[in-house]
Amino acid sequence: MELDAVMLARMQFAFTIAFHIIFPSFTIGLSAWIATLLVIWRRTGKDHYRDLAKFWTKIFAVSFGMGVVSGIVMSYEFGTNWSHFSLVVGNVVGPLIGYEVLTAFFLEATFLGILLFGWNRFPPGLHVLAACFVAVGTLFSAFWILSANSWMQYPTGHAIENGIAVPADWLAVVFSPTFPLRFFHMVFAAYITTAFVVIATGARYLLAGTHKAHAMTMLKMGLGLAVVLVPLQILVGDASGDDVLRYQPAKLAAIEAKWEAGTEGPVPLVLFAIPSDEEERNYFEISVPRLASIIVTKSWDGGFEGLKDFAVDDRPPVLLPFFAFRIMVGLGVIMLGLAFWGGISWGRGNLGKSRLYLRLASWSWPIGFLAVLSGWVVAEVGRQPWLATGILRTVDAASPISAAQVATTLVLFVIVYGIVFSAGLIYINRLINKGPGPATMEPPDGVPNRPLTGATGAEAETGTEATAGG
Amino acid sequence: MSPMEFYLPIVWAVLIAAAVGLYVILDGFDLGIGILFPFTRKEEERDTMINTIAPFWDGNETWLILGGGGLWVAFPAAYSIIMPANYLPVIVMLLALIFRGVSFEFRGVAKPKHGAWDIAFTAGSTIAAFAQGVILGSLIQGITVVDNKFAGGAFDWLTPFSLMCGVGLVLGYALLGATWLIARTEGEIEARARGHARMLMLAVLVFVGVVSLWTPLGFERIQERWFSTPSIYFLWILPAVTLLVAFGAWRWLASGAVAKPFFATIALFLLCFIGLAISTFPYLVPPTLTIWDAAAVPDSQIFSLIGVLLMLPIILGYTVFVYWTFLRHGKVVVGSEGYH
Ligand code: HDD
Ligand code: HEM
Ligand code: HEM
Repeated sequence: MELDAVMLARMQFAFTIAFHIIFPSFTIGLSAWIATLLVIWRRTGKDHYRDLAKFWTKIFAVSFGMGVVSGIVMSYEFGTNWSHFSLVVGNVVGPLIGYEVLTAFFLEATFLGILLFGWNRFPPGLHVLAACFVAVGTLFSAFWILSANSWMQYPTGHAIENGIAVPADWLAVVFSPTFPLRFFHMVFAAYITTAFVVIATGARYLLAGTHKAHAMTMLKMGLGLAVVLVPLQILVGDASGDDVLRYQPAKLAAIEAKWEAGTEGPVPLVLFAIPSDEEERNYFEISVPRLASIIVTKSWDGGFEGLKDFAVDDRPPVLLPFFAFRIMVGLGVIMLGLAFWGGISWGRGNLGKSRLYLRLASWSWPIGFLAVLSGWVVAEVGRQPWLATGILRTVDAASPISAAQVATTLVLFVIVYGIVFSAGLIYINRLINKGPGPATMEPPDGVPNRPLTGATGAEAETGTEATAGG
Repeated sequence: MSPMEFYLPIVWAVLIAAAVGLYVILDGFDLGIGILFPFTRKEEERDTMINTIAPFWDGNETWLILGGGGLWVAFPAAYSIIMPANYLPVIVMLLALIFRGVSFEFRGVAKPKHGAWDIAFTAGSTIAAFAQGVILGSLIQGITVVDNKFAGGAFDWLTPFSLMCGVGLVLGYALLGATWLIARTEGEIEARARGHARMLMLAVLVFVGVVSLWTPLGFERIQERWFSTPSIYFLWILPAVTLLVAFGAWRWLASGAVAKPFFATIALFLLCFIGLAISTFPYLVPPTLTIWDAAAVPDSQIFSLIGVLLMLPIILGYTVFVYWTFLRHGKVVVGSEGYH
């Protein structure tokens, strides 16, 4: 692997998109959580929920800002680093991104202003509506960008004219076969990611003995979501595996590190191995007989193609998809454990009593992010060597620019993102340490405390919050 | 060429020009605030300046995505040449916009130790403006294309002309920012902004003059466009109107008018924009690709156009609504709760 312009462009894309996806994974879920809290507040009139929403909105503002600026980089990178990609599939993928801008980005960005700055100025109804618009906007955004990505994974509805992909059937382009499951898998992933951040924050307060009422609400709402969504996510993930089997068999072979050609079963499940692309075999393999047949083909002795069924030039790298997949699934199982443990103790009425559980839960905030990143590594590296499967190879997609240019900007990106990311993490941590506003520290359940938020609360906030998006 | 193939690219060229124009005006005044930031040291004045734009900057910046995205959607061949040709300035602009964008939230949370983010805000705004000017300049001067691919070097964009466009745009955005402050603030900030605006107005006029002379003298195709008959008979109107608007703006700045200088500055920007469009039309990638050479297939242009026709009125509607919601509360007062 030499560091030519294409390799550097790949590293740059992988780095910038991995950085970007961290924020959508959080803001898609967080905007929905804030909207939910505000709706509950309007329904019940309990300021408890409003304070929670206000608290999370500050964290949301910081995350969203980072999501936006890193997203703009992504949309321009198609042109700067992948100009041949822009040309060859622009007629098909371009409009999908165009729709994302039109239906999602403007909605999010415009109503963000009201969500962040509308607390005491505007009618509460308008404010809640703005929160809902932002949450819906993030979903539209996920819809279109995942549609674009799914088309690249398994293109349908297009024709090739003079080497350029042109649309033939827009419905088939937008809803390419791997899109529906990818959409649900990603949106669930975002909600789950947020749920664990919320759970971890609640657990952290309970351990410290602060903000008890708010912390319990966070723990319960986070767990409620996780208990439902984590099992669903595992089912959707399993179904995604069927999609991969059907549409991207080489990716599946890489995920399972199955080298032997032919589709005879039964296939053992490789739990651990060090796959070697050069020698076309696995080292240190530990496997369970028949298990891959059962999981992948849902039959006792089903089989599926191995890597040797594909020309060497058409195989994805094996090591990364193989490990990333195991990390994702492993984290999914840990999430399941955490969700059920919490759910059961909630059912027994002693949620938050076990310090061991609280400690584990308070460490769980990165778990969703890690699973999302691993999932995308499976999906994207497993798609190689193609950028748009069957249409354009990654090596042919890059811009006609020198390696020196790409290397320079890669270094700049790493430095800038390093600074911005560390600062963002420190500031979010600082906001969490401060906790929900002092106006409603420990509201006895159900007792409205409007006078406090209205007057002293607002006063106390002006100093610290100027421009913080309070 | 079928009528579709003839008219669709024109429609799209107009749409993209509108998106870019809106971006330049809307994010222009945001970036202008950043450029003017170092000229006050008082903390609460800086807060007030930021408060005038904090609820809007994100929506404003979205027009940049529509401009870039629109170019890709409608003219993939142009996008795939212009972006690599301006590789370094585009990336520098994006990095600068990152610092500018995160500073809004970061400086609030970092208080009282937010000095670094004030610098990031100013530097980000100024560098982004400069880079945009450079990109504009490099487009006007032309791009080396062979076989429908960018075939130039890493620093083709770097010429005295493009650097001058960079400086010009920084000044122009600062002028937009200053007149926005006149309209949106009171007291000392407003008074200072008036002073800045007058100096900036003069500087911008000088730059507009220099560009207007440089482009026809330096680039033959532009000279032909402007100084051949019959175009010369009606094209002289443009510079005349520009001077008239500048004169009006100057008077309004002196007379204490509130919103008029801002709108006059917008008019100045639009006039320059029209001038540029006249200079380059129908080229998207001068001097090789016209809008018809670079166009996406009609199917793609139509599919996206439907989205634009449906969504653009809605977007403009709620954008106006959100601006109105904030602006009707009157000017932003120093030390007030601001928009929080
Ligand atoms: C599943 C979700 C998802 C994925 C896979 C991506 N994004 Fe993203 N993006 C979002 C979800 C999102 C979002 C939820 O809409 C954002 C996240 C930041 C933010 O917090 O809003 C956003 C912001 C965002 C913005 C700024 C929008 C604004 O001003 O509001 C741009 C231009 C992009 N993205 C572009 C991209 C591109 C070109 C991607 C692929 C290469 C990409 N995003 C992957
Ligand atoms: C959002 C989550 C995503 C993540 C974490 C992600 C991750 C990655 C990674 C790790 C690579 C490098 C693969 C390799 O070179 O071996 C890559 C490549 C790429 N992906 Fe994605 N991807 C994501 C979404 C998308 C989307 C939504 C699109 C397009 C609509 C996309 C388009 C590309 C392109 C153009 C490349 C460049 C080819 C390459 O580097 O190999 N990605 N991505
Ligand atoms: C535990 C059982 C899980 C299974 C069996 C599973 C399965 C899969 C498969 C097969 C893919 C590849 C899809 C493709 O390349 O087309 C994938 C991708 C992905 N996974 Fe999972 N997954 C599981 C859990 C999770 C969890 C818990 C998360 C995050 C919270 C997650 C997040 C993702 C993401 C973001 C992607 C990339 C997007 C996509 O291609 O769908 N997964 N998963």
